[in-house]
Amino acid sequence: MVKEKIRIQFNIMSHDLVPLHEIISEKEKTELLKKYNIEPNRLPKILSTDPVSISIGAKPGQIVKIIRNSHTAKEAIAYRFVVESSI
Amino acid sequence: MERTNSITKKIGSIYFSLLSPKEIRKVSGTKVITADTYDDDGFPITMGLMDPRMGVVEPGLRCKTCGQRVGKDKCPGHFGHIDLAMPVIHVGHIRTIRDCLRSTCRECGHLLLSSKQKDEYFQELKKYEQEGKNKAPLFKQIITEARKADKCISCGREVGKIELDKPTSLRENGKKLTPSEVREWLEKIRDEDLPLLDINIKSARPEWLILTVLPVPPVTVRPSVTLQSGERSEDDLTHKLVDVIRINQRLQENRDAGAPQLIVEDLWELLQYHITTYLDNQTSGIPPARHRSGRPLKTLAQRLKGKEGRFRSNLSGKRVNFSARTVISPDPNLSINEIGVPIRIAKELTVPVRVTVHNIDWCKKIIIQKFSVNGDSNEYIPGVNYVVKDTEGMKRRIKVTEKNAENIAENLEIGSIIERQLMEGDITLFNRQPSLHRMSMMAHRVKVVPHKTFRFNLCVCPPYNADFDGDEMNLHLIQGEEAKAEAEILMKVQENILSPRFGGAIIGGIHDIISGGFLLTNKDRKIPIEDASHILAATGFEGKLPKVFTENGKRYVTGKDIFSTLLPDDLYLEFKAKTCLNCEKCTAPDCPYNAYVIIKKGILMQGTIDENSIGAFNGRILDRIIRDHGMGAGREFIDKVTRLAIAAITLFGFTTSIEDEDIPDEAKRQIEERLNKAMKKIDSLVKAYENDELESLPGRSIEETLEMEIMRETGKARDSAGEIAGKHLGLENSAVIMAKSGARGSMLNLSQMSGCVGQQAVRGERIHRGYQYRTLPHFKKNDLGASAKGFVASCYKKGLTPTEYFFHSMGGREGLVDTAVRTSRSGYMQRRLINALEDVKVESDGTVRHAGGQIIQFEYGEDGVDPSRSIAGKSVDVDRIIADIREGV
Repeated sequence: MVKEKIRIQFNIMSHDLVPLHEIISEKEKTELLKKYNIEPNRLPKILSTDPVSISIGAKPGQIVKIIRNSHTAKEAIAYRFVVESSI
Repeated sequence: MERTNSITKKIGSIYFSLLSPKEIRKVSGTKVITADTYDDDGFPITMGLMDPRMGVVEPGLRCKTCGQRVGKDKCPGHFGHIDLAMPVIHVGHIRTIRDCLRSTCRECGHLLLSSKQKDEYFQELKKYEQEGKNKAPLFKQIITEARKADKCISCGREVGKIELDKPTSLRENGKKLTPSEVREWLEKIRDEDLPLLDINIKSARPEWLILTVLPVPPVTVRPSVTLQSGERSEDDLTHKLVDVIRINQRLQENRDAGAPQLIVEDLWELLQYHITTYLDNQTSGIPPARHRSGRPLKTLAQRLKGKEGRFRSNLSGKRVNFSARTVISPDPNLSINEIGVPIRIAKELTVPVRVTVHNIDWCKKIIIQKFSVNGDSNEYIPGVNYVVKDTEGMKRRIKVTEKNAENIAENLEIGSIIERQLMEGDITLFNRQPSLHRMSMMAHRVKVVPHKTFRFNLCVCPPYNADFDGDEMNLHLIQGEEAKAEAEILMKVQENILSPRFGGAIIGGIHDIISGGFLLTNKDRKIPIEDASHILAATGFEGKLPKVFTENGKRYVTGKDIFSTLLPDDLYLEFKAKTCLNCEKCTAPDCPYNAYVIIKKGILMQGTIDENSIGAFNGRILDRIIRDHGMGAGREFIDKVTRLAIAAITLFGFTTSIEDEDIPDEAKRQIEERLNKAMKKIDSLVKAYENDELESLPGRSIEETLEMEIMRETGKARDSAGEIAGKHLGLENSAVIMAKSGARGSMLNLSQMSGCVGQQAVRGERIHRGYQYRTLPHFKKNDLGASAKGFVASCYKKGLTPTEYFFHSMGGREGLVDTAVRTSRSGYMQRRLINALEDVKVESDGTVRHAGGQIIQFEYGEDGVDPSRSIAGKSVDVDRIIADIREGV
C-alpha cells in the first residue's frame, strides 16, 4: 500500500472536490448489508484501481463509505463496493 | 386478471448466427419457382409465392405443411426458398466480407499473419474474454495488421488491394470480383483462422455471407389483401420477391442457353439490385425500388427501422382498448376531479362486472332498464353491451339487444361477467400528449354530458398544457378494482395539485378566474345584496350572510366579505399581491395601491385577490389551504373559487377591445417626442463613432461599444414610451386589469400595442444582414441609424411602416425557428433520459433502486424529502412558524 502511495504526487484525498472515503469494518459491512437486505453486488461499485481506492488502500470485496456534501441534506452517506479492475 | 409471480433474470448472452444454405433448404416448406401468386380461379399456384405450404392467411384454410389453421391452431407459417442461379452478395454483410478478403490470401485462404502473430492475438483474445472487455478494437487491429502483408506467408502469392465499391461490389487491384469468385475465396478460409476474424465457427462460415439460396418468408408475414372491388393487392415483400424470381429465371435461362457473357452479367447485376433492395430499400448509392404508383417499397429493413418500425411502434408502444379520443372544451361548473364524457362515448366504453350473489339483482336491473324506459328522455341511462358466460372454460359473448334483453336478464348466472356501459362516478384516466410529466395523465370521475366533446374545469389546463383551440385528448377506462383503487389514491387530480417539480400548486385559477377575483376584491367594491346573493349561490354557500351595510337606503355587501366566505376560519396570511408595484419605499401594511393582502381569522382584511392569491403557480392562499387542510379542502377551494369568480365576472361584465389600447393625443405627442429624442441621441452616437470620438468600453471594440450603446438607447426609448402610454392606461381598462392581476398578458404587451414596438433583433444583435452594406434598399449604404437597423418606432395599433414590418418579420421568424428547434431537441433529450430512468423507483426503505435491484441512491434525493410535500424544497417552513407564533395561533 505504501509503495502505491508514493507514486501519487499529490494527495488527492485533500482535494476540495474529493469527498471523504473510508473503508468500513467487517462488522459494519454485515450490518449494512442486513439493513438494506442486499448482496454486496447490488451496491454502487468502485474500481480497486480508482485513484481514491489506491489512496485509501481499498481492496476488492471491501465496502467504502463516502460522506459527501449535499445540496439537500448537508451531508449524504453513500456506500460503494470495491471491485476488481480488469486493467 | 391472473397474477404471475415474475422472477427477474438477467440475460446471460444472445447469439446471432448465419443461416447456412443447407439450413435454409432444410426449414423450407417449398421451393418457389413461379413468380405468380394466384391462378385465374383465385387459387394459389403450387410452388408460387402464395403456396399454401408456406402457411395460409384466410381463416378456415389449412396449411399444407402442418395441417393447421391460422387463428386457432396457430400455424405460424413456414419459410420457403428460392434457389439463386448465381450467388449474390448480402448487403448487410458487405463490410465483413471486405474485411475477410483483406486479411486472407486468395490462393490458399491463409490469414495474412505469421504464426507468431497469430499466437499472440489468440493469447490477447483469451485475455480480453476473461476480462470481459470489448473485443471490437482488437479485431480492427488484427485486420489492419493483416493488410500490411504484401505476400502470403504460406503460398507466396502477392496480396491484392481490396476495395469496396458501395453498396455491393468489390474490386481486387481495380478488377471487379464476381460474387462467385468472392464465395470461392471465402470457402478457402480455414476454420482455425476464423476466431481472429470475429467469426464463431459454430454459428457461421464466411461463405454463407454470400447468398446462394434466398429464404422466402411465410405468407403470414406478407399477407395479401382483397379490396372491395374483388381485386387482390399484394404485400410489398411479395412484389419484391416476384422481381427476384423473374430475374433469377431469366438469368438461369440465359446462362443455360449459353448467352453472351455481357447479357449474363447484366442480369446478374439486376438480380443483385433486386435482392439488395429486398433486404434494405434505403441502401445509399442505389435508387430505391418503387411501387407502380411511385411510392418506395417498404422492404425488410424498413419494417424494423425507425419510429414507425416494429421496435418503436409495435414493441415499445401498443394500442389499447377501452379508450376514447375527442376534442376538449371548458366547463367551469365541473369539479377539477370530474370530466364530462359525451353520451356517444359513454355508450361505447364498458366496465366488466362479475355477477355475484350480492349484485345479481342490480345486474338484472341494469340489463333491462335501458329498454324499459319509454319515450326519448334525454337522460343517460347506462346499459349493458355484452354478457360473457363462462361455461366449462368456453367463453361466450352475447350481445345485448332490445329483443333479447329480458331473456338474458332472466337467465343471468352467477359467475358471468356483464360488460356495463360507463356510469357517472366511474374513474378514468385522462391524458394529453406529449406526456412530459406525471400530471399529463390524471384520474377523473366521469360525468356524462351531451354533445361531442370532453369537458373539464379550466384550472386543470396548466398540468396538461391544454387549451381549447382544437386540442384533442385521450380517455382510458379502468377495468379492474385494484387499478381503480390505485388511480383513486395516486392519480386523482386533487392528489396532483402540488407539483413534484417545485413543491407548489400547479392547478389553480387562470385567466378569467383571476380577473374575477380581482374585480371582486379590488378597492372596496360594494355589491348590492341581490347580486351578492347571486354570486354566493353560485358557490353553493350556506350560512349567515356576510356583514350587510346600508347606504342611501340600499343594502350592500363588500366584495372582500364575499370572497372571505371561501376561506377557512383559521387562515392567517400576509403577502404582497401581484399588483404590487415594488415601490422604492414599501409602506406595507398600509399599501396605497391595495397590493398588500392581509387575511386574519379567515377574513380578507385588505388587499386584492389576484394571481399571487389563487393563481396556478404561486397562489399563496391555495398553497396554505392545501398544507393546513389537505388535498380535499384544496380541491373544494379551487372548485368554489372558479364558480365564485366566474359568477362575479359574469355579473360585472368584462370585455376588452382595441379601444383599450387608445391613448390621448397628448400622450401620443409625448411618445413621439421621446422617440425623436432617442433618434437624435443615436444619431449623435453614430456621428461620434464616425468622427472617432467614441470611447470604447473595457474589453470591447469601438463597433461593439456603439452597438451596445444604441441597443441600450433603443431599449430605454421603448420603455419610456411604454411608461408614457401606461400612465394613461388605468385600472378602469380591462386589458390593464388582466395584465396587472396576472390573468393574461403583460404591461410590455400593452406598451407595444399603444406605445412603441421597439428594437427587433436577430441573434441578439440589431438586424444587419441583407444587401451590401445595408439591410434594405430603402436606406443609404452604411447607415447605422436606428430605423435602418430594425428599430420599430410605431406601435401595433398605429401599424408598422413597410420597412418596420419587414424587420419585424425577421425577428418574428427567428422566434419561430427557435421554438421549433428547441422542442425537437428537448424532445429527443427527454426520450433518452426517460429510457435510462424508466424503471428507477423509490423503495419502501427509502432507497432508490432500479428494476434489477441495484441501488442508485441510498436515500431519495439524499434527504428523503418528497418535493411535492416540501416547502420550496425545504422540509420545514421556518418563516411560517415564526409568523404563526407572532400571530399567536
